[in-house]
Amino acid sequence: MLYGYVLKLARKNMLRHRLRTGLTMAGIAIAIVSFGLLRTVVDSWYAGAELGSSGRLITRSEASLSFPLPATYSERIRKVPGVRSVTFANWFGGIYIDEKNFFAQFAVDAQSYFDLYPEFRVAPAELADFKRDRRGAIVGRKLAKKYGWKVGDQVPLRGTIYPGNWSFTIRGIYQGADDKTDENQFLMHWHYVNETIKALLPSLADKVGVFIVDIRDPAQAAAVSAAIDSSFKNSLAETRTETQKAFQLGFIAMVDTILLAIQTVAYVVVLIIMAVMANTMAMAARERMREYATLKALGFSDGFVSLLIFGESLALSLAGGLLGILLTFPAAASFFRATRDLFVVFEVRPETVLLQLGSAVLIGVFAALAPAINSTRVRIVDGLRAVT
Amino acid sequence: MSSSLISIRELSKTYRRGNQPVPVLLGIDLEIAAGDYVSLMGPSGSGKSTLLNLIAGIDKPSSGSLLIDGIDIAALPENDLAAWRAANVGFVFQFYNLMPVLDAFENVELPLLLTGLNRAERREHVETALAMVGLSDRMDHYPNELSGGQQQRVAIARALITDPTLIVADEPTGDLDRQSADDVLNLLDRLNGELGKTIVMVTHDPKCANRAKRQVHLEKGVLLSGSGAH
Ligand SMILES: Nc1ncnc2c1ncn2[C@@H]1O[C@H](COP(=O)(O)OP(=O)(O)O)[C@@H](O)[C@H]1O
Ligand SMILES: [Mg+2]
Repeated sequence: MLYGYVLKLARKNMLRHRLRTGLTMAGIAIAIVSFGLLRTVVDSWYAGAELGSSGRLITRSEASLSFPLPATYSERIRKVPGVRSVTFANWFGGIYIDEKNFFAQFAVDAQSYFDLYPEFRVAPAELADFKRDRRGAIVGRKLAKKYGWKVGDQVPLRGTIYPGNWSFTIRGIYQGADDKTDENQFLMHWHYVNETIKALLPSLADKVGVFIVDIRDPAQAAAVSAAIDSSFKNSLAETRTETQKAFQLGFIAMVDTILLAIQTVAYVVVLIIMAVMANTMAMAARERMREYATLKALGFSDGFVSLLIFGESLALSLAGGLLGILLTFPAAASFFRATRDLFVVFEVRPETVLLQLGSAVLIGVFAALAPAINSTRVRIVDGLRAVT
Repeated sequence: MSSSLISIRELSKTYRRGNQPVPVLLGIDLEIAAGDYVSLMGPSGSGKSTLLNLIAGIDKPSSGSLLIDGIDIAALPENDLAAWRAANVGFVFQFYNLMPVLDAFENVELPLLLTGLNRAERREHVETALAMVGLSDRMDHYPNELSGGQQQRVAIARALITDPTLIVADEPTGDLDRQSADDVLNLLDRLNGELGKTIVMVTHDPKCANRAKRQVHLEKGVLLSGSGAH
C-alpha cells in the first residue's frame, strides 16, 4: 500500500514543475541516446571483424601488410597439410573519378576467389562472364547502387599503386548472403592487372598482398597457421598467418585509440547528466523540506521519505531513459544512412540497451542519494521552520 | 495527579547556535489533565512552540521529565516515537502544511496509511472527518483550490482522523481572517467538548486564548507563577 503511494506521490511531484521535469527528462533522453549511439559506433566497428569466417586464414608478409609476397607461394601453401584451397587478393587502390569516392578494390584470382567467399553470391551466368572477360569486374550490390552501375558498364579507375588509366567492364553484381556481408567491394582479375604491369614495372609483377586459405578443420587453425609460416621460415619473404578475424582485428587496432576515446565520451556524457540530475533532485528536495518534516511529524519514517525521493528520482530518470532508448533506434538508423558505407552493420545491440537502462537507473539512484541522506539528517523541528 | 495526561517536571531545553548554548525553556513544571483544553500564551520567542514540540514528541528535552499517559516519550527510540506520534498525536500547524500534490481527501487519508485499515474503511473514516469539518463537497479539491480557512479545516480533519488522544495546534488561526479563525476555534471546541480530545494550543492572541479552558503563560522560557498549577 505504501509503495503504491510512493509511486503516486512520485508521479504527482514530477508534474509539479513541468518545465523543469521536461527539461531534465529531455537532458537524460539526449544523454542516453548519445551513449547508445557512441557504443553502437564502437560495436559496429568490431562487428565488421567478427563477421569474417573463422575457417579462413589470411597469410601475409611477416614484415608488413604493404610488403607483397611472391605469387608462387600459392602452390606451396596448398601443399601444407590441413589446407583445402587457396586464393589470393591484392589491394588495387584506384581512384574512381575523384579521391573522395573511396571503396575497396581487390585484384583477385578470378577462378578461385568466389569459391572461398560463398557469402558473396553471384549469379552463375554472371560469374562465368566475369571469368571469361579478363577486363571484367564484379561489384557489390550497395556499391553498384551507389554509383548507378549496371552489368555491362565501363568503370574507369586511375591507378595509384599500379599506374595508368584502367578500365573495367562490370560483368556481375554480388549480393551478401546476409545483411552483415560487405556489399561495397570492387573485384577485378589479378592476372590482367599483373600482366599489364609486368611490361611497365617488372618489380611489381607476380606479387600478391594476401593469400586466403580455406582449411579443413577450423579447430586446427592455429596448427595450420604455424605450419604455413614455418614452411617459409628463413626465406626471403617470411609470412604471418592468422584467422581472418584476427587479421581484421589487427587492422582495427589502428583505430583502437579513437574507439577508446569514443567509449570514454559515452561514459562522460552519462556522468555529466548525472551531475545535472543530482542538482535537480537537490533543488526539489530542498523545496520540500517542510513537507518531508510534516510527513515525519505525522509518523512516517525517514525510510519512507527517502523512498519518496528515490521514487521521484528514479521515475524521472527512467522516463527520460526509456524515451532515450526508444529514440536510439531511429537515431541509429539515420546515423547509418548518413555515414553510408563506413559500417557494414550498424545495429543497436541488446547489451547496449541494457547498459542504457542501467545508466538511467544509476542516474536516478545517484541523484537521490544526497537529498535522501540529507532528509534523514534534518530534524523535524528544523524542517517545519523551513520557509518555502 | 493520576488524572494527568501530560506530566512535565523540571523540563529544560537548550539549543546550540554554533558553540553558544541558547537556553529556551528553563525548568518547566506543568500538568495537563486528560480532556483539558490549554492555551499556551506568551510573547514571540518565549519558547511556546518549543514546549509544544516537546509535548508532541517531535523534539527532545535537554533535561527534566516529560510523561504522556505514563510514557517517557523522550526515552523512546526514533521509530517507536514516530509510531507513538502516529497513534496518539494530531497536528495542526499555522500554515496548514498540507501536501500540495494531494487533494483534500488524500491529505486527510495520509495518516491512515500507517494503520492497517483497508481502502473502504479509510474512505469511510475520511468522509466522516471531512463531514465534521464541513468540507464534504470539497474532497477532490487541491490545497491551492481552497481558502486558508478551508485548508486549516482539512488539516484539522487530518489531525483527528486517527482518533488521537492529544491534539497540538501551533498558532492555528495565525494566518486566518476573523471569520475563518472563528470557524477553526469552533471546531477545536467541538473536538474538545464532543470528542473529549485533550488540546494544547499555542497562540499569542488573547481572544483565541480565551476559548480554551485554561491559559498558561510563558515568558523567556519560564512559566509565569501560578499558571502551571492544575
Ligand atoms: N531549532 C532551533 N534551533 C535553534 N534555535 C531555536 C530553534 N527553535 C527555536 N529556537 C529559538 O528558541 C527560541 C524560542 O523559539 P520558539 O519556541 O519558536 O518561540 P515562540 O514559539 O514562543 O515564538 C527563539 O529564540 C528561537 O530562535
Ligand atoms: Mg512559535
